[in-house]
Order: sequence, then structure tokens, then C-alpha cells
Amino acid sequence: MTGHPEARAKRASKGRVEYLLRLGDNALVLAQRSAAWVAHAPVMEEDVALANVALDLFGQAKLWLEYAGKLENGGRDADALAFHRDSGDFRNLLLVERPNGNFADTIVRGYFYDAWANLALHALARSSDEHVAAIAAKSAKETAYHLHRSEDWLIRLGDGTELSHDRAQHAVDELWRFTGEMFLGDDVDAEMTSAGIGFDPASLREAWLERIGIAFANAALAQPADDWMQRGGKQGHHSEALSYLLAEMQVLPRTYTGAQW
Amino acid sequence: MVAQAWEWLDTVPDPELPSVTITDLGIVRDIREEADALVVALTPTYSGCPATAVIEEDVTRALHEHGVKNVRIEHRLAPAWTTDWITPRGRERLKEHGIAPPAADIGDGIVILSPSTSLGINEVEGPIQCPHCGSPTTTELSHFGSTPCKALYRCEICREPFDYVKPH
Repeated sequence: MTGHPEARAKRASKGRVEYLLRLGDNALVLAQRSAAWVAHAPVMEEDVALANVALDLFGQAKLWLEYAGKLENGGRDADALAFHRDSGDFRNLLLVERPNGNFADTIVRGYFYDAWANLALHALARSSDEHVAAIAAKSAKETAYHLHRSEDWLIRLGDGTELSHDRAQHAVDELWRFTGEMFLGDDVDAEMTSAGIGFDPASLREAWLERIGIAFANAALAQPADDWMQRGGKQGHHSEALSYLLAEMQVLPRTYTGAQW
Repeated sequence: MVAQAWEWLDTVPDPELPSVTITDLGIVRDIREEADALVVALTPTYSGCPATAVIEEDVTRALHEHGVKNVRIEHRLAPAWTTDWITPRGRERLKEHGIAPPAADIGDGIVILSPSTSLGINEVEGPIQCPHCGSPTTTELSHFGSTPCKALYRCEICREPFDYVKPH
């Protein structure tokens, strides 16, 4: 790194804000997706479960975004970041913005994310940034339960009826190309890894594949071949699916600025 | 003053588990006197728990009612809340109100995949006792219950459903 110390500090903080937005946006977008199931789930218990998972993820998103806003130091709090950014400003993985589809689509999407988040949050719990470590340690406990449930359902669906198996396999095949991005690092990842704040995304791949492989075997699901992987969500290149999600999530605070409960 | 404040907060019920107090649950982490205010450090049970904001208001109100003019709430994330902090009195009170207290701690939250099971929470932690009849023959209906901190169970002996506070 070169340049004036102040410019250097500013750059470092910009990378960290970017990194926090990624973590917060993953949780926020998946929370909004999960919450959309409320009153639509196949059984009441799952309705409750999806709502609770969403609540945990909203809470995690709030913690990450609050911290991002604080470091950004531009007067934006968690609400401003959640409700007053457009899709190009979102930094979530493409995986979490995939539409809900049927119950199997939702379970498989959640499972791929939960298995990754379980590893990512444990890595972040060792962050040199104490606040990152605290949020990660807290979130990791919640995500452990999410993973427990989504893995359980993956196996039940895959190893269930012919219909549930086919739908689960179809979901796996459709969503697989969105999993590569979780392990693909860029400059921000490299900067955060060398600062001891973050982790190298590629380092999680082996453990993730191992876990997924065992679950697939138990679920009688076939692991797709690694073909072309979609990328770009972390850098702000999203599918139109995110625009529709944001339109619904943001309409109230954007229409009635400053609205309070 | 600090000891007195602990006693006052010892009577503030949790908004979602009103049979126990916020001190029973281990939500109050610290109380200390500073020059300008009485500082109360609170920790959220779950990061998205909607009761967190209500608890802050309840703590402030309780202290105001006892004549403490300036109260400052401090959020404490680390160490993360654990059900291990629920006091023995809290566990008894939960049981009395039909809610099963957590069985055991799940350590640091890393879930180990066991290839031989479909991973019911029961299989991981051993039997959960029915808070109504005491039977250990219970079945998990859902990993999640009426609030993020609970799972939904049913007793196979007395057939009553019950909430179970998940080890966390």
C-alpha cells in the first residue's frame, strides 16, 4: 500500500464497509425471501420455522448494516442502507436472491447458504475486528439451527416420495450454478483476508463440498457437475429477481419517508 | 445503588416469556454507576428477537419508577448469550409454566453431520422431558416454535404439546 496515511485509512475503511455490506445484504435478502413464505408454507410448523429463520436473518442483517453505516460515517443507519439503496448497490450473493419457487427450491437455496454461512461465520468469529467477531459468533449460533433444519429437510425431500425427490433434484440442478460465487474471492476479499478481518472464500470450498456430499448421499440426490458458475452479485451485478424483491421490501419507507410504527 | 438496581430488575418480566424475569434469563450482563447515569448492559437472546427493544424500555421504566433519573442502556454482543446463563430459578419457573428448559449446551454451535441419522434435535441431545407430566418420551414437531428461542414438542404419554427452550 502506498500514499498518504489518511488516504490509506480511508481506502481500508471503504473495503471494510464493502465487506460488511456483503455480509449484511446476504442475510437481508434471504430474510426477505424466507418471510415471503409466511401464510404460504405447506404446513403450519414450517410457516413458523420460515418466519423464525427470517427473523434471525433480519437481526443479523441489522447488526452488519449498522456497523457498515457506522464505519462509512456518512449518516446512514441500518434502515437507510436496507431501504434506500437500489439493486446495483446491493452486494449479496446471487444465490440468495433466487426466487422462492416451490418448497424444495426454497429448502435447497437455504441449505446451500446455511452450509456456507456456518463455515463463513466460524471463520469470521476469529476476525481481528472485535465487532465483526462478536456479530459472527452470535450469528453462528443461530445459523447452526438453520442448517440443522434445512439439512434435515433436504434429506427428507430427497429421500422422500418420487415427487419430492424429483423436485429436490431439480432445485439442486437449477441452483448449483449459483454456488460457485460463494468461493470466488476478489480484491475486497484479499484485502480483508490480509488484514485478518475476513477469510479467503476459496478456503471454505472443500469443507462445504464435503458436507454437501454427505447430505446428498443421505438424500439420494446427485451432485451436479461443476460447469459454468454465475458471478457478480458481490460486485453489484444482479438479476431482475432482486429488483422485484427490493420493490416490495422498500415501497413503504420510500413512499412514506420517515414513517414510524 | 448497583445492588439495589439488580434487585429492581430482578422483578422485570421477559416480554415473551413472562413467567421468568430478565435476570432469570441472563439478559442483564452488568450494572454500573457512571458520573452521568446508571448504565445497564443488556445482551440480546437472538439477534432478531423483537423483545429486545421492549426489554430496553421496561428496564428504563422500572429504574425511573424507583427514582433513577438517568439510565443508559448499553448493548453487549460478546460473549454471545447462551441458555447456560438461565438461572436455576429461571429453569424451575419455565417448567412450572409448561415450557421445557434447555437440556444441554450445544458448544460453539458447529453442527456435526452424522451420516447415520436424519438429525432430529432429540437425537443430538438426548430426551427432552415433558414439563406437564415429566415423561421423557417426547417428539419434536418443529425445530422452531412460537418464538426464535423455542422449538415445538409433543409428549407421547400425556399427548400435550409444549414449547422447549432450545440450547443456544
